[in-house]
Amino acid sequence: MQESAAFTPQFAASAITGILWLIPAVPMAASGVIALLKQPRRKLAASLAIGSLSISLLLSLVAFCHVVAGWAHGAVVREVVDFTWFRFGSSAVDLGWVLDPLAAIMMLMVSFVGLLIFIYSVGYMAHDENFTRFFCFLSLFAGAMLGVVISNSLLLLFMCWEIVGLTSYLLIGFWYQKPSAAAAAKKAFITTRVGDVFFLLGIVWLFAQTGTLLFYNHGVGSLEGLALVNLLAQHAGLGLSAAGAIGLLIFAGAVGKSGQLPLHVWLPDAMEGPTPVSALIHAATMVAAGVYLVARVYPLMQIGAAPHGTTVALTVVTWVGAYTAVFAALIAVAQNDIKRILAYSTISQLGYMMAGLGLGGVAVGMFHLITHAFFKALLFMGAGSVIHGSHEEQDIRRMGGLKADMPLTFITYAIGMLALCGFPLLFSGFWSKDGILEAAQHWDISKVPFYLLVFGALLTAFYMTRQVCYVFFGHARGHGSAHESPRVMTLPLAILAFFAIALGVIGTPAWPWFRAFLENRATSFSWHGFTEPGLGLLMLLSSLVVFLGLGLGWRLYGNKSPKPEAPDALERSAPWLWVPLRDRLYVDEIYGVTVIAFYAWWARVADWLDRRIWGGIVAAVAWLFGLWARFNRFLDVNWVDGGFDKTCEEFSSGGGLLSSVEGGRVQNYLRILAAAVVALVAILLWSSRP
Amino acid sequence: MTGMTTPLAGYLLVAALLFAIGLAGALVRRNAILVLIGIELMLNAANLNLIAFWRYGPRPELLTGMMFAIFSIAVAAAEAAVGLGLVIAIHRHTNTTELDKINRLKG
Amino acid sequence: MNAVFYLLAVLTIGGGLAAVLLKHLVHCALATTVAFSGLALLYLQLDAQFAGFAQILVYIGAVAILIVFAILLTRGSDLPQDGVFSRSWSVGFVIAAGVFAVLAWAVMQSVRAVPQQTAVPAVTVHDIGNALVGRYVLPLEIVALLLTAATIGAVIVAMHENGRPK
Repeated sequence: MQESAAFTPQFAASAITGILWLIPAVPMAASGVIALLKQPRRKLAASLAIGSLSISLLLSLVAFCHVVAGWAHGAVVREVVDFTWFRFGSSAVDLGWVLDPLAAIMMLMVSFVGLLIFIYSVGYMAHDENFTRFFCFLSLFAGAMLGVVISNSLLLLFMCWEIVGLTSYLLIGFWYQKPSAAAAAKKAFITTRVGDVFFLLGIVWLFAQTGTLLFYNHGVGSLEGLALVNLLAQHAGLGLSAAGAIGLLIFAGAVGKSGQLPLHVWLPDAMEGPTPVSALIHAATMVAAGVYLVARVYPLMQIGAAPHGTTVALTVVTWVGAYTAVFAALIAVAQNDIKRILAYSTISQLGYMMAGLGLGGVAVGMFHLITHAFFKALLFMGAGSVIHGSHEEQDIRRMGGLKADMPLTFITYAIGMLALCGFPLLFSGFWSKDGILEAAQHWDISKVPFYLLVFGALLTAFYMTRQVCYVFFGHARGHGSAHESPRVMTLPLAILAFFAIALGVIGTPAWPWFRAFLENRATSFSWHGFTEPGLGLLMLLSSLVVFLGLGLGWRLYGNKSPKPEAPDALERSAPWLWVPLRDRLYVDEIYGVTVIAFYAWWARVADWLDRRIWGGIVAAVAWLFGLWARFNRFLDVNWVDGGFDKTCEEFSSGGGLLSSVEGGRVQNYLRILAAAVVALVAILLWSSRP
Repeated sequence: MTGMTTPLAGYLLVAALLFAIGLAGALVRRNAILVLIGIELMLNAANLNLIAFWRYGPRPELLTGMMFAIFSIAVAAAEAAVGLGLVIAIHRHTNTTELDKINRLKG
Repeated sequence: MNAVFYLLAVLTIGGGLAAVLLKHLVHCALATTVAFSGLALLYLQLDAQFAGFAQILVYIGAVAILIVFAILLTRGSDLPQDGVFSRSWSVGFVIAAGVFAVLAWAVMQSVRAVPQQTAVPAVTVHDIGNALVGRYVLPLEIVALLLTAATIGAVIVAMHENGRPK
């Protein structure tokens, strides 16, 4: 492999970069318009949504071609457009977008898969009365996801990240009348929120340390030269540098969004949403956003690593990914809901992606993300087709023999399943998974992730075979006969199936175009890629593992069609294993007992406080006021009124008193006269004494 | 007339006493006629004062005191006539001569 | 003369007291007459003969008769039930006593200022007549008017309603 060329950034923003902001803006605007439409205007809503995403796809294609052209000329393409949002004091908060190979690949995938799923939804949601609302939320999601992809500012990324979380909540709880759906939506939002808290802490820390949240800003961005060196220099305890600590905090956000081990509990419940939602959001794009985020801030996590070594942050990422991969795969073995199996499979594959990022770098993880997006969307949409055809039945024990009834669905589903298992050579999943296994094999810290990931591959093959046997083979165990889905639903399946096979080409060791593209190196097709030492052995090993899993699955579940009530074959042979797996290894129960119980207790305490203490204070104040009012009334009645009344009485009686002077009795007048005369004369005489 | 003549003060005191008695009668008795009698006594006491002062005054030949007293007698008589007429008229209306009962002017 | 004076004084004062204190109205009227006569005699003693005889003619001859007539016409001979004195008679006596006290005080104070004995004035009826139409003609005319008015007024007041004299 060649060394990376000298970093010669291309600063000038080309025309396409200037209008790059349209890519997320157009679907968001369409969402706004659809929100104002009335429910019966379904054609218009669907047209707006599909049309806006088509525009985004077109623009993404143009941008992608531009980047490829730049790459082909050997230049390093990274174009940014920044602008200041607001200032405070001497600091400023900048936003912007970036166009580089990572963003180009991602936005192409998001818009393409998204468009296919939009078209699929027209058929799937045809009987739903809330058709318009569905497309409004879908469009908003697409716009926000594309915003996450092209964002050059961690703050803008976070804002779009939150909108993505919001639309996920809205879409999981789309059928909100179902209490399980509403609860699932709430669970998703709250669980991802836990991750987002750490994410926000990381953002704040980064801003505090570097003074900017832009990734790339002509050399002064937070992921560029000087800032990175500064972050590396500062120590944050536990053997981490500031860069590593910030990277881990941001990774915590990714843990929530991508359903890694402690915060994975929301993903299976999110299957309450309609199947297109599961396909788009919880398979291909939103959950991949976490992986994309880690890929974006990879310089933060990687800085300080020795040439073939790794950092603490990346080690953590690897371990979390590896354990998640196996944990989820184990649980998927014992599930009976068709979508839930796929959900756990998604969690497992996300673990693979994270492990790939940690073990082998951005290209390894991102390649698996791209291939996974296609075949997982295909699987979900196929599952949706099966559900649709089986009259809304979702339990695989009540399906069967659909191979004959739904041939097109079966073929595309099989292609997707084989890609997921990593069937050798033909399917893209093989190449992407092998890339991860190869990186794991060469990891110096420990070989345990390698063994875990191999075991996970075995489990993946096993549970997928189990699912396919239950659904498509044997005889029908449900009620009513199944029918094939309409063209509008099967056509996207076919397209995705094509890509599930074809995408493998760009990641083979013979022509590692994907890796070269992302790392800005030149590459060419050469069979010598296969002659790398150990590679052939690895390919053989992984193929054997896949065959083993497939064989085991076929052996146990084959063409048999056990009755729905009968216990599963594995359950019969190893019930001690089956029951904990079926009960999802009790993670939800643990949360219920610890975190949720604590919160419930805290809520009770708060309620008691509120009612007794604060309520008591309020009641006391009210009582005091009542007292004061009564006192005032007492004053008023007795003193003011009473005083007034008394005064009037006194006046009356005074008047009465005075009127007694005018008694009308002459003799009294005479007496007064005489007395007055006496007084006057006495005074006169007294004053004239000699 | 020789011998000890009565001093002026004597007459004056008699007059004063008669005046006080008349006043007492006017103030104390219930009957309206007796009030008028008391008033007549008071007037007479004043007349006695006048005559006494005329007699013992500086220039009796001017007859001032005497004239005053005579006019006073005339006026008193007229006043007695009118007053008693009033008492009779009131008696005709209210059938009583008790002053306590004649208080229609009560305020 | 002192003894005569004292006698006449006692007569007058006694008459006055009787007039005020007696219960029967007619007795009071008669006692008043006694007081009048006592006064007339006092005038005579004071060498005011005209005034004395005028006193007898007018007061005893007219006023006392008037009083008796009034008593007759108002049935004053009937004794009232509650007594002849008003309820607060002591107040009246106190006031009267106060008046006497003040007057007596004034008299006693001025004893030194006024001559207490003088010669007898030489006054005749001729002089009185001259004075009446000479110096005092105006009061004379006015008193005449007054008397006329009083006469008419007394008649009107004492007349029955409907203009019929009794």
